[in-house]
Amino acid sequence: MRSKRFGIALAAAQMVALAATAGFAATGGAFAKDSLTMGVGLEPPHLDPTAGAAAAIDEIVYANLFEGLTRIDRNGAVQPGLAESWTISDDRLTYTFTLRDGVTFHDGASFDSSDVKFSLDRARAETSTNAQKGLFEGIASVEAPDPKTVIVTLKQPEGNFLWNMGWGDAVMVDPASAESNNTNPVGTGPFKLARWTKGDSVMLTRRDDYWGKAPALKSVTFKFIPDASAQVAALLAGDVDAMPNMGAPETLAQFEADPRFEVVVGTTEGETLLVLNQRRDLFKDPKVRRAIAHAIDKQAIVDGAMFGFGTPIGSHFAPHNPAYLDLTGVAPYDPEKAKSLLAEAGHADGLKLVMKLPPPSYARRGGEIIAAQLRAVGIETELVNVEWGQWLSDVFKGDHDFDLTIVSHTEPLDIGIYARPDYYFGYHSDAFNAVMDEIRDTADEAKRTKLYQKAQTILAEDTANVFLFQLAKTGVRAAKLDGLWENAPIQANDVTGVHWRK
Amino acid sequence: MSGTRQKSLIRKALHRPNLVLGGFLTGFIFLTALAAAIGTPYPTDGVSIAERLQPPTAAHWLGTDSLGRDLLSMLMKGAQNAMLMGCVAVGIGLAVGVPAGLYAAMRKGLSVDAVMRLSDLIFAFPAILTAVLIAALYGPGVTNAILAVGIFNIAVFARVTRGAALNVMGRQFVTAAAAIGRPPIAIAIHHVLPNAAGAIIIQATIQFAVAILAEAGLSYLGLGVQPPDPSWGKMLNDAQTLMFTHPMQAVVPGAAIMVAVLGLNLLGDGLRDVLDPRLRIVRSG
Repeated sequence: MRSKRFGIALAAAQMVALAATAGFAATGGAFAKDSLTMGVGLEPPHLDPTAGAAAAIDEIVYANLFEGLTRIDRNGAVQPGLAESWTISDDRLTYTFTLRDGVTFHDGASFDSSDVKFSLDRARAETSTNAQKGLFEGIASVEAPDPKTVIVTLKQPEGNFLWNMGWGDAVMVDPASAESNNTNPVGTGPFKLARWTKGDSVMLTRRDDYWGKAPALKSVTFKFIPDASAQVAALLAGDVDAMPNMGAPETLAQFEADPRFEVVVGTTEGETLLVLNQRRDLFKDPKVRRAIAHAIDKQAIVDGAMFGFGTPIGSHFAPHNPAYLDLTGVAPYDPEKAKSLLAEAGHADGLKLVMKLPPPSYARRGGEIIAAQLRAVGIETELVNVEWGQWLSDVFKGDHDFDLTIVSHTEPLDIGIYARPDYYFGYHSDAFNAVMDEIRDTADEAKRTKLYQKAQTILAEDTANVFLFQLAKTGVRAAKLDGLWENAPIQANDVTGVHWRK
Repeated sequence: MSGTRQKSLIRKALHRPNLVLGGFLTGFIFLTALAAAIGTPYPTDGVSIAERLQPPTAAHWLGTDSLGRDLLSMLMKGAQNAMLMGCVAVGIGLAVGVPAGLYAAMRKGLSVDAVMRLSDLIFAFPAILTAVLIAALYGPGVTNAILAVGIFNIAVFARVTRGAALNVMGRQFVTAAAAIGRPPIAIAIHHVLPNAAGAIIIQATIQFAVAILAEAGLSYLGLGVQPPDPSWGKMLNDAQTLMFTHPMQAVVPGAAIMVAVLGLNLLGDGLRDVLDPRLRIVRSG
């Protein structure tokens, strides 16, 4: 079944390639490929970034189909998006955005300030299904005095506001098409949806009436290849031109040796955690949490589960962020200390825990390594492999029925999740919440950096979770392909700047 | 069975290379599993990242896997799990399927139809599919996997036993036994079963191979043996992404599965040659 579908898609891809070649031959121009097939691990549940938390949505639509007032570039910096400029009032409460000229949606509808008002009001409404409602919580009002101007008033100064407006969840939509975006996404981006073959691929084609610089690629196909070894096979066979993130890091070695490919290892915003369920009485005791942290050799996990790709971390912060503080020394690998802490906490006879592991290899392999490391200090761990759906319903939502789990939190700058009262790992600290409030009210960059470092330190000292390592972005691409992002400052595969070298 | 017949059977067996080879391979795997039950050269639940993916050395005869565990020890423990799966799954099939098959052969009527249609129903779902279904309902695990294959085996043995028994039932000595007033149970045990045993034993070796394949397949999918317990199927899954860089990782468990299944099939084949009366006539004629 699977191989058959694969075969058909392959035939289709060959036909497209053939057609492209024929087109160029006819015009007599030099041959440069203008289509791209990119492999992605997961198929998105739908294509509306304003109504779903799945990273797989943003990894297709961000910057390609949908755009926001601002956009995050490949380095994680805020750039003008649909707003070409903005001014900020002295009290930092009022943002006046000036919108670009000539912006239209894929269906021809024009984009103006009323769409901005609609999009933001929709996202922050009581009934909103936006997965990141927190991004819009600080907005007091949105006004559209004229078609080219939008005035956003905040309840209190918010240092991250422009960054927040660059998220995939904050993109601009049209009132007429907003409700059908999940199957028929209509945005302002340079590509539009051509075809979504469920279970196989999403194909985007370039539109002619884009407001900005037209991308070099005529069409882009995102092919869903969940299986790590199928990803390798697809690259080797030329079915996909690039895999922005390989499912299994151990497969990189063979591409490094192959001149047809280029291996690019970058950073992501993925803090990989051993999550301790602090709804369990056992983990309400900070001594037990710290004991587990001491029992774990992070470098061994990076080496064993990720084949050396990844950076050990000591708190919930990405090492490439300027405000990062290296806290790996707070709870270093020390099995003896772990044992004595466990004994102090009254668990000298050992413990029995259940660890639920989602599919990625960092979790499955990492789980076996952690189980062995915990066994060494007297903690027996039962490993339960679960699929993503099960993980979401049992661990992330629902009854939070788990003791331990391993997962990578890939949202950018998401340290604020530790202040959420209902978040799945059940951490609570008044001191931490106070720091987060202070960050929200602070504009000065140097002060914010200090506060972020304070927040990181609180989490590390508290052992809010066991912070394992920063997930690497392990990309493989055809050697002649230029312009793909090396790092993943946000969840995106921005292909607007991608082109083939001749 | 008389002594001379036994002797002639053994002599015949030794002249069948497939039987000898099959017996040797199967015996080898069984002994490996037994050895693993006593102990393995290295623990299989230890992780040693520094020693991962080593080629075969004097210390690790087959090398180490991606977590630094000794491949030979993993393989031995895997053999133990495979054998356990085979023995229990075939055991369930024999214990329930053979009596059910005999019953169906000796009686007629609604209850017989019920037994045979039920076995048809089980037969309609391949063992692996039943196992996936049970794993979805009651969670993945080796017990559920064994149960699923065992249930499938019940249907298989019921059928084979009934077929062989019906064949025997028409023979004169059975009619004679019935005529002198032997009760049906005695006829079934003393006259029918020994004559149907050949077919059942052959089927048992085949089902044993099927069970090993099912265990490997289910563990490969993550529905059988759960970590950190080693299984050949799980080892294959781990090796999948390392195929091009470290082919030994896949070759070792793959070869083990092949040897076990090949051995059991050859054994079954050889036993058929020796035990099946119909084949004996064809060959001698």
